[in-house]
Amino acid sequence: MNINATLIGESIAFIVFVIFCMKFVWPPIMAAIEDRQKTIADGLAASDRAAKDLELAQEKAAAQLKEAKAQAAEIIEAAKKREAQMIDEAAEKAQAEREKIIASGHAEIESERNRATEELRQQVSALAVAGAEKILERSIDAAAHSDILDKLVAEL
Amino acid sequence: MAADTGSYIKHHLTNWSVSIGEGSFWTLHVDTLGWSIFLGLVFLLTFRSVAKKATTGVPGKMQCAVEMIVEFVDKSVKETFHGKNALIAPLSLTIFVWILLMNAMDWVPVDWIPTIAGLIGQHAFGMDPHDVYIKSVPTTDMNMTFALSLGVFFLIIYYSIKIKGLGGFAKELTLQPFNHPAFIPVNFILESVTLIARPVSLALRLFGNLYAGELIFILIATIGLFQLPVHFLWAAFHLLVIPLQAFIFMMLTIVYLSLAHEDH
Repeated sequence: MNINATLIGESIAFIVFVIFCMKFVWPPIMAAIEDRQKTIADGLAASDRAAKDLELAQEKAAAQLKEAKAQAAEIIEAAKKREAQMIDEAAEKAQAEREKIIASGHAEIESERNRATEELRQQVSALAVAGAEKILERSIDAAAHSDILDKLVAEL
Repeated sequence: MAADTGSYIKHHLTNWSVSIGEGSFWTLHVDTLGWSIFLGLVFLLTFRSVAKKATTGVPGKMQCAVEMIVEFVDKSVKETFHGKNALIAPLSLTIFVWILLMNAMDWVPVDWIPTIAGLIGQHAFGMDPHDVYIKSVPTTDMNMTFALSLGVFFLIIYYSIKIKGLGGFAKELTLQPFNHPAFIPVNFILESVTLIARPVSLALRLFGNLYAGELIFILIATIGLFQLPVHFLWAAFHLLVIPLQAFIFMMLTIVYLSLAHEDH
């Protein structure tokens, strides 16, 4: 119960213990705790960042997909247009060809007919002359009346 | 029986004293010194070994336990003390764990250590076992509790003067609570009592609680066979008292030192 020199001894022990704790115990333990806290905080931040990155990448991928779809639609549209255009062109060409062929056919027919008409006319005039010769054998001089006959032929 | 009980209790409450000089002051309580230094070394060497091996990665179980205590003290300090001081946290840790360990000696059944010491004294040194005194709870010795509280007291004065200056500290002692020149003597008496009451109350609170606890353990030990369940109950109650007293001592140390750091 009485106060005695033990007080001095305990005070010295207390001071030594506190100094030892302050120099060799507290700092390394605290440093380890704080280091770990930092590591954990960094890890959490990194995972947050990764999640954000993932979200961004997903958004980007979606945008790219959309763009690609739009491009594909555009290409298909263009191809369809081109197809229609080619069909139209081909049809036009075919039409022109047809018209050309028809026109040449017509021209051929025309020339054939003209020739035939000419031939016919010749034959008719010859026949007419022959007929008239037979009818008017004696009175008619072919040479004298050839101008009348020519006129007749021209009228046919 | 009454005389027996009296001498039994007295025997348990007497320190192993060794005189080192003239007068009753120059006496050392070898048991108090031995147990307290042993327990202090247990604390420091355990924590030091963990500190040396401390990994910043996944900690082992021992490191986890030590870190829990360190973080608990660190939190208590940070909640109360807002200045920058490299001493207060390790000081609080030392006070808390050391007092906790010393108080925990209360749980060792009261007869174990004195009986073993008596047997050693009898057979190794040829002493009468009744002359072998061992008090194994250092905090039931006022020398121990006052050594702690006076250490804190000197730190209070040191930091008061360091932070506020000698004049600031003198002003704090003389111009509060009544800020008038005429009241200086009254203020000085009031403030001095407040200041001195701090180490005294710190030391006596711890000593009183543990001494009373120890005394009741000893009294229970004298009642015969029924002491076993009663001992158990009293030890279970000390589950509260032992850490609580260590915590109160630490917390009040932090509060007093943070008051010493505050400039009014």
